[in-house]
Amino acid sequence: MDGPIGTASETAPVSRWVTVHDWATTTDHKKLGVMYIGAALFFFGFGGLEASLMRIQLAFPDLQFLAPETFNRMMTMHGTTMVFLVGMPMLFGSANYLIPLQIGCRDLAFPRLNSMGFWLFFLGGCLLYFSFLGGDGLYGAGTAPDVGWFAYAPLTGKAFSRGNSTDYWILGIMVSGLGSTMTALNLVTTILCSRCRGMTFSKLPVFTWIMLVDFVLVLVALTPLTAAQFMLLFDRFLGSHFFDTQAGGSAVLWQHFFWIFGHPEVYILILPAFAWASEIIPVFSRKVIFGYSMMVYATLSIGFISLGVWAHHMFTVGLSPSANTFFAASTMLIAVPTGLKIFNWLATMWGGKIRFELPMLFSTAFLCQFVIAGLTGIMLSVVPFDWQLSDSYFVVAHFHYVLIGGLLFMFFAAVYYWYPKVTGRMLSRKIGHLHFWIFLVGFNLTFGPMHGSGILGMPRRIYTYDAGRGWDIFNLMASIGVAVQAIGILFFVWNLYWSARNGEEAGDDPWDAWTLEWTTTSPPPAYNFEELPVVHSRRPLWDRKHPEDPDWKYE
Amino acid sequence: MPLAAVAEGPMPHQYSNIFDPVSVTGHQIKDISWFVIGICALIFLITQGILLWCILKFRARPGDDGRDPPQIYGSTPVEVAWTIVPMIIVVVLFLATARTIAEIQIEEPPEEALVVDVVGHRWWWEFKYPEYGITTANELHIPTSTPENWRPTFLRLLSQDVIHSFWVPRLGGKSDVVPNKENWLWYDTPTAGMYLGQCAEYCGTQHAHMLLRVYVHTPDEFAVWVADQQKADVEDPKVAAGRELFQKTACINCHTLGGTVANGTYGPDLSHFMSRKTLGAGVALNTPENLRAWIEDPQALKPGCRMPNMKLTELEVDHIVDYLLTLQ
Repeated sequence: MDGPIGTASETAPVSRWVTVHDWATTTDHKKLGVMYIGAALFFFGFGGLEASLMRIQLAFPDLQFLAPETFNRMMTMHGTTMVFLVGMPMLFGSANYLIPLQIGCRDLAFPRLNSMGFWLFFLGGCLLYFSFLGGDGLYGAGTAPDVGWFAYAPLTGKAFSRGNSTDYWILGIMVSGLGSTMTALNLVTTILCSRCRGMTFSKLPVFTWIMLVDFVLVLVALTPLTAAQFMLLFDRFLGSHFFDTQAGGSAVLWQHFFWIFGHPEVYILILPAFAWASEIIPVFSRKVIFGYSMMVYATLSIGFISLGVWAHHMFTVGLSPSANTFFAASTMLIAVPTGLKIFNWLATMWGGKIRFELPMLFSTAFLCQFVIAGLTGIMLSVVPFDWQLSDSYFVVAHFHYVLIGGLLFMFFAAVYYWYPKVTGRMLSRKIGHLHFWIFLVGFNLTFGPMHGSGILGMPRRIYTYDAGRGWDIFNLMASIGVAVQAIGILFFVWNLYWSARNGEEAGDDPWDAWTLEWTTTSPPPAYNFEELPVVHSRRPLWDRKHPEDPDWKYE
Repeated sequence: MPLAAVAEGPMPHQYSNIFDPVSVTGHQIKDISWFVIGICALIFLITQGILLWCILKFRARPGDDGRDPPQIYGSTPVEVAWTIVPMIIVVVLFLATARTIAEIQIEEPPEEALVVDVVGHRWWWEFKYPEYGITTANELHIPTSTPENWRPTFLRLLSQDVIHSFWVPRLGGKSDVVPNKENWLWYDTPTAGMYLGQCAEYCGTQHAHMLLRVYVHTPDEFAVWVADQQKADVEDPKVAAGRELFQKTACINCHTLGGTVANGTYGPDLSHFMSRKTLGAGVALNTPENLRAWIEDPQALKPGCRMPNMKLTELEVDHIVDYLLTLQ
């Protein structure tokens, strides 16, 4: 097998078809993990292309590059893709690959369910993108969704969304969500039931802890979304009136359903970044994570509180003053455990010997950008501030700082960190530095100025604007920033490709790390460990490397 | 029209900075915004200062002994401290927020208030003044309100189709315009002028061109504007051809003209149409040339809008334009 992640490569070369067949039918959690990441990058290409087209249209005032309908489709597909088809598979891919290795077992609890989960997720994504081919009825199918990734009623109702574009949105997300639910259930079961000997909950690596909370959130949050999508389908095909305002239905009801999914979803997407940071920062600071129990409690409380803050997306919808006050309070409260995590990471770095390898560089940028994201989040939780800036570009800036400045930067950090484990080779440091600096500049150039255009009153989701409102320069900067980001991403993709063949050999434990995945070979064999490990502390490799002063003495 | 006091350049515009408000609510929002921004800036400086210090001070240097630094597993006092301090900040912020909400989220107009019904349509705004029997579109006229002469404007927001959002940044705050749900937004401003606003909730194809303007007049000017709007349109015999054409074609299925047979409600009420500065909910200035272009093909100026190309001949367009130009 010539794939970089192949297992028994000593045997005679096999045909390409056998390789494809092997991957398509695999139940190996590592291969499925890589497939999830591959799918994420695949859809990231589409999502990025849609974003670029939008930014070209908005680069100058009154530009006529995209028709309004086309812009609205790009806007909808960009949001939907990035949330469901990029963010989610990043999470599932990394968890799939790493959790069995970190908890010292051979595979997920239900390997075939895992494979089915992936293929359903991928099918859902393809179904969503198939809608583009529908192009005004080529297959009698309508065309790509244009109702926004949030699909607010009644814009999604039969009266305002004719054709099948909204149905593609519903069914694509539903199928993909079904796969995500299966995989989340599978991973929860695996963490609960398949840990190696000695790995009690108090010895679970922070990464696995955070992922556990994350998958419970996936299970809890996807349910209301699916329910609401069924109701919308009933409205559209069976003549019910849940959201059909012309027949007395409620537009606000959809928002409650959507955001009771949608807010936890934000935490579903950002928790993996916390999980990766909690592995990477200690290893490169050469220090144990500061305040392990507090990190776990903070994660649990973030998970819990995130279920009670959804209406902060609805501060302008006309809820009562008491409801607005309650949701402001719960939203502000979530800053406490999140801030605690930031302080604990900083304390981990404090007094360390920090090696600024690429994973740590990306993590450092994360620590700056995610703080900005968190602070603008606090600002938006102040309801009157939100009355001015919700649905403005300020909000666009805020959540892109969360999702790119937070999630994507940590995703890059994680790829640089675990790539040697997955492929047996290191990613090129030179290309990596180019990727880091170019992307860092591009990202901040794109989303930094959006805070400004929001404050000057630019609403989001508009396909064009007039000159002379003070928005021109911010928009031009943002559009240039996207081009810079794209160059950075190309370096990243090139690095992935080039290093798989030419990268420096990694060895089993290139970073001198401490968790169980680094005890096995790189790449790991199909069965993960020759002999299932037994652990005595949270850092089994530390114990092995420092027999004179093992961790379990202090835990 | 004696509206010279309202300064205005050509198409359009002006800044609509939320930190430059002109209303009572806008000022309150600005104050609490600076408060939270100040706190956040402080937190940012502290965390990033620590981060920078770590980067500079604790980076591994060549020539180190290669041994790992002392392992510190945590410290209860420190962790308790950085749980409690943020808690206190949150409580302070919360109290400030709760107070401002209570002060500005008012849903019952007082007796002195001017009440205007705002109806959101795809993709234009309808303004009705029940007190005066006036209906207009896309340009809201309200009086100033001073402590001596207190007259806040209360907007009753309703939607005809999907969700919109009413946002005039300098007047402070926004509120969604939701079908089957009555929302309120109020302004209380002593400063005359023109303020730009825009729909802030995605509402379909032409969400971008659902602009609005708010003209704030002194009470005297406002009274003049009201009187002008209440007048019946002049029957100018020179434009009889245009009037007849307007009433014969499908125009009247969607548009209302006060005092004529035209009473459609699907599109904007065109009574006193020439008193408006813009066309198509802010897509262009209301000049004879633009008006002509709009009537010839609205889809060219605002693709996807609800007004179809009526496929009129050149001469017919001339007549209609001439007629509309008389609707002062």
